Amino acid sequence: MTSFGWPEFLFLLRSTGWTLLLTVIAFTLGGVAGGGIAIMRLSRNPVLRWIAMLYILVIQSIPVLMVLFMSYYGLTLFGIELPPTVAASASLAVYVAAYLAEIWRGCIQAVPKQQWEASASLALTRFEQYRYVILPQAIRISLPPTVGFLVQLVKNTSIVSVVGFTDLARAGQLINQAVFKPFQVFTVVAALYFVICFPLSRLSRYLEGRLNARRSH
Amino acid sequence: MPAVVIDDIHKRFGAIEVLKGVSLTVESGQVVAVIGRSGSGKSTMLRCINGLEPFQSGRIEVAGHEVVQNQKRLRALRKDVGMVFQSYNLFPHLTVGQNITLSPRVTQKVPEKEAVERAREVLAQVGLSEKYDAYPETLSGGQQQRVAIARSLAMQPKVMLFDEVTSALDPELTGEVLIVMEKLAQGGMTMLLVTHEMNFARSVADVTVFMHQGKIWEMGPSEELFTSPKTPELANFISAGVK
Amino acid sequence: MAMTLHFESVIAASPIIIDGIILTIELSASAIIGGTALALLLVGTKSLAPKYVGWLVDAYVELMRNTPFLVQLFMIFFGLPLVGMRMTGVQAALLAMTLNLGAYSTEIIRAGVDSIHKSQIEAGLSLAFSRLQVFRYVVLMPAIGRVWPALSSQFVLMLLASSICSFISVPELSGAAALVEQRTFRSFEVYIIVTVTYLIMALTLKLFLAWLGRWLFVGISMNAASGEKG
Repeated sequence: MTSFGWPEFLFLLRSTGWTLLLTVIAFTLGGVAGGGIAIMRLSRNPVLRWIAMLYILVIQSIPVLMVLFMSYYGLTLFGIELPPTVAASASLAVYVAAYLAEIWRGCIQAVPKQQWEASASLALTRFEQYRYVILPQAIRISLPPTVGFLVQLVKNTSIVSVVGFTDLARAGQLINQAVFKPFQVFTVVAALYFVICFPLSRLSRYLEGRLNARRSH
Repeated sequence: MPAVVIDDIHKRFGAIEVLKGVSLTVESGQVVAVIGRSGSGKSTMLRCINGLEPFQSGRIEVAGHEVVQNQKRLRALRKDVGMVFQSYNLFPHLTVGQNITLSPRVTQKVPEKEAVERAREVLAQVGLSEKYDAYPETLSGGQQQRVAIARSLAMQPKVMLFDEVTSALDPELTGEVLIVMEKLAQGGMTMLLVTHEMNFARSVADVTVFMHQGKIWEMGPSEELFTSPKTPELANFISAGVK
Repeated sequence: MAMTLHFESVIAASPIIIDGIILTIELSASAIIGGTALALLLVGTKSLAPKYVGWLVDAYVELMRNTPFLVQLFMIFFGLPLVGMRMTGVQAALLAMTLNLGAYSTEIIRAGVDSIHKSQIEAGLSLAFSRLQVFRYVVLMPAIGRVWPALSSQFVLMLLASSICSFISVPELSGAAALVEQRTFRSFEVYIIVTVTYLIMALTLKLFLAWLGRWLFVGISMNAASGEKG
């Protein structure tokens, strides 16, 4: 039996890199889709609104694990064999899109209605209203909850081993199987997650405090 | 040709009818004040004119545009019709200058340099030249409202609509806004304003309209209307000086 | 490319799925009750106990909120037996879920307590209540009422996260799905059925919690703050 030493620790560090990379890709893909879904959710077209609403409702009512399985097996059923990195980030993006869409919808709606009216009265198109008036204000409001969600995403990446991806949690599991020192191994794994998540949690809280201070004055 | 023609419009919010057949004509260059209690339908009528509120029946034509719920045609209309709101509604993330130049640049494709010149001009008109680079939150309510007027003027509108533009202001700040509006009236702008400022209506508006229960209850030349109201409701309203 | 779905063999294995549904409900219900009780204890401790005890509560909450549930589950399932606490997968799952939900709920309920106006507490104290009595009778219900929507979302998220317990072979719904999948090789069909089942359970729980909130907190205004997702 091997012991838990430097090589194992370095393996965990490398896997932390994979976890981070996966987070960034899933967040980027899911963010683009989520932004579109948020706008659809607020569209004047009832069909678009319903599609977006249904998407958000369904994804938010099933486990992330099922989102992973469904996207993964759904795709393989069509004969599409995806490399684990793509499978993991694409299926996580499906989940990210729903949550970000819902968060951002709230932020867009937090911009006062009068801003829509004033910009409409100045003859701006709906796109121009979003582009120049609404989104710049909504983005400011969205920063704290978006960073907060990023923490949830980092943690939820821990289950991507089900589609064959070796992330930090999976690496911990593999090492533990080899050395069987669960306390040591998982303490280090937990610590690595904590080092990523805790500063983000703090940042989210700091941004929220700053936003509230700006608003109340 | 009249600048605004409202012909028998009806407007309901659910089961409540707030406009029960309103007709009104504003000639080019005329200043018309609309007074009445809150809930009389006066703000709703004004918002119908630039399409912010849809209405169920009747017809409105303003500056040669018919009001229809078609976004493209509404935008064409809004380029010719300025609107100033009770709560100013400046864009908080943009400077005064950016607030004013935004629509001319985006919707009228006015070149940057010309848009800036235009902005400085209208800002001078409302007496706030030095605030070009300021952010709205650093201005007083009266200053913000003057910027909002300048922002509308930069569109070079044919008609200006004012929706209770001094109601949110502290009493000592209403004067500066009213002076700007009076100068605009003297300059020949066609103006339709919903207001609680009786003295302003009386002295500046050519015609004053009294709305009551969703109808135009009484209208006429301002001086005449205020000195000899024909209906008890208007007489009551004037003597009570109520909002 | 021909693609057909076959549900027959999956349906034949439905007793396993039904057992899984029952276990998921049992685990989630126990964790919601246990986690809320733990949270009340911790919030009460933080409000009434000396400062350094409060710091311990803070540390616990932050540790749980900033590490994945899966890692917490591994730690408990693989780690605790080494210090003599042998437990089954179900017991480990229940413990991990309760501890995890307890931390999130502590954070949420504390925000509710912070939102209670000081004058309410002063009014209670001036009626000769003890500090514990004020907390129990004056602060607690309005505080929970205000954050009920956030708390409800957290409960639903816990129900969804219970699926992660399949990683340690707990035969709750996801674990049951894995068993049926191994037996029938009809992965997609299994996961369609299981996903729809989760959907129904989550929506039912949402409706139930909304109803419960209206019934428990009559007259208390709820703010629309939504829960943390995780």
